[in-house]
Amino acid sequence: MTDTGYDEWLAAIADGEGYYLACPDGHGSLPPRRSCPHCGAAELTEEPLPATGEVLTFTEVHVPAPNFADEAPYVTAVASFGPVRLTGVVRDLPADEVDLGTTVSVGVGENATTDERLVVFRPASE
Amino acid sequence: MTNVRIAGVGLTKFGSHPERTGRDLFAEAALAAREDAGVSRDDYEEIFYGNFMGELAEKQGHQGPVMAEAAGLDCPATRYEQACASAGVAFRQAVATIRSGAADVVLAGGMERMNNLGTAEVTQSLAIAADELFEVRAGVTFPGAYALMARAYFDAFGGDSEDLAHIAVKNHANAMQNDYAQFHREITVDDALESPVVADPLSLYDACPITDGASAVVLVSDDYAERHGLDAPVSVTGSGQGGDKAALQDRPHLARTPAATKAADAAYADAGIGPDDVDVAEVHDCFTIAEVLALESLGLYDHGEGVGAAARGETTRDGDLPVNLSGGLKAKGHPVGATGTAQVVEMTKLLRGDHGNSDAVPDARVGVTHNAGGTVASAVVHVLEVDR
Ligand SMILES: [Zn+2]
Repeated sequence: MTDTGYDEWLAAIADGEGYYLACPDGHGSLPPRRSCPHCGAAELTEEPLPATGEVLTFTEVHVPAPNFADEAPYVTAVASFGPVRLTGVVRDLPADEVDLGTTVSVGVGENATTDERLVVFRPASE
Repeated sequence: MTNVRIAGVGLTKFGSHPERTGRDLFAEAALAAREDAGVSRDDYEEIFYGNFMGELAEKQGHQGPVMAEAAGLDCPATRYEQACASAGVAFRQAVATIRSGAADVVLAGGMERMNNLGTAEVTQSLAIAADELFEVRAGVTFPGAYALMARAYFDAFGGDSEDLAHIAVKNHANAMQNDYAQFHREITVDDALESPVVADPLSLYDACPITDGASAVVLVSDDYAERHGLDAPVSVTGSGQGGDKAALQDRPHLARTPAATKAADAAYADAGIGPDDVDVAEVHDCFTIAEVLALESLGLYDHGEGVGAAARGETTRDGDLPVNLSGGLKAKGHPVGATGTAQVVEMTKLLRGDHGNSDAVPDARVGVTHNAGGTVASAVVHVLEVDR
């Protein structure tokens, strides 16, 4: 399945060239998007995604949906990257070492169950 | 504007009925509501019906006409889908239709069949209420999403798992007097704290069960009730709906539900009341933390104060503001697309005095129902008042 806009965005993150969409007022959002969800502006430009983000909240999921059957238990987190926030699976960091405020970098990984690409957070080298 | 009265209500027993079709469940609830209302079959003008995952559970889309037939009615029937708020929005449209003068008698209700799918598939099906690209693909399940909110709440306002356990204990205790509830089993705080982790900090007893069931409400105009001498003491005096970004990541605050605040403010203004006037509430506690977020969005508690309400005994049966006397979604059960109108059924009975827990609120005049979709990307609030 192809998801135009989203697939290109994931590919860019995988290449270390992640971006977000910015409106003239500086609101951030993620593709695919034709207008700013905060103010409605239609002029969106691609801006570089900050290299690291900060975990805002997280959970270790013990009861997965079938599309994550081979991942459980896994940690899903919401992290802020400047003007946007991303949701992703935390890898290369034990669950008990994830905390609010943990600094992470963003990359792309594969879902072990579906082989689908997904947003992955890893501990940022400080 | 026409006043809207509740003439009749009906429910199936909530629980695990994997062998019963959706049309059979809805027929039971609708026929019970029709009998309670005592309205002539020919007078029903429209059906407003809520359902979330019928395509996945029964491979049945276009459920409106199927359910009209099941209800034994011959009138237009439309399905509303808004995740867990499906029946709430269906009810809101029913109220608006009578208020507008377009109809005098309508049926609103909902149905969900879930147990025939099994836990894994239900988890997958419920997850489609989240944002597919940005949440589901990142492993966010329905309990996982509320766990993200619970941790954010603890961080922002305090509170802990033990506070949440008191909410589960309260709602299980309330369900003991509700014949229609899924669970009739009291639990302790320790039971809740020791139950298996689903998505930390939420464990099994923080979560509502997987439920099959249906609910239905007959709504009539004041004029119709008077002309036909109906006994319909409960009116719908306020209705409000609010919306938010679908994905949690796109909301400024992860521990607040402004969609419900907007819905509540609109419903209160519509009814000409405020939070201080509320005597009893049925809120959307799909998870224990959801009850907390609901109480705060409804203005019944300040942010940070709702989490301890059950532990302090304020929202318990004997408290000043009983919440979820039905048992709530937690113990009464949560057949997703039926929940919004099930709350109205329970509240109507509580106010009329024919609910198993009516004795807890003998003087109650104003009740509020709060129905949320997804992680409260949608919310519907209604104010019900009884003639006293
Ligand atoms: Zn903007």
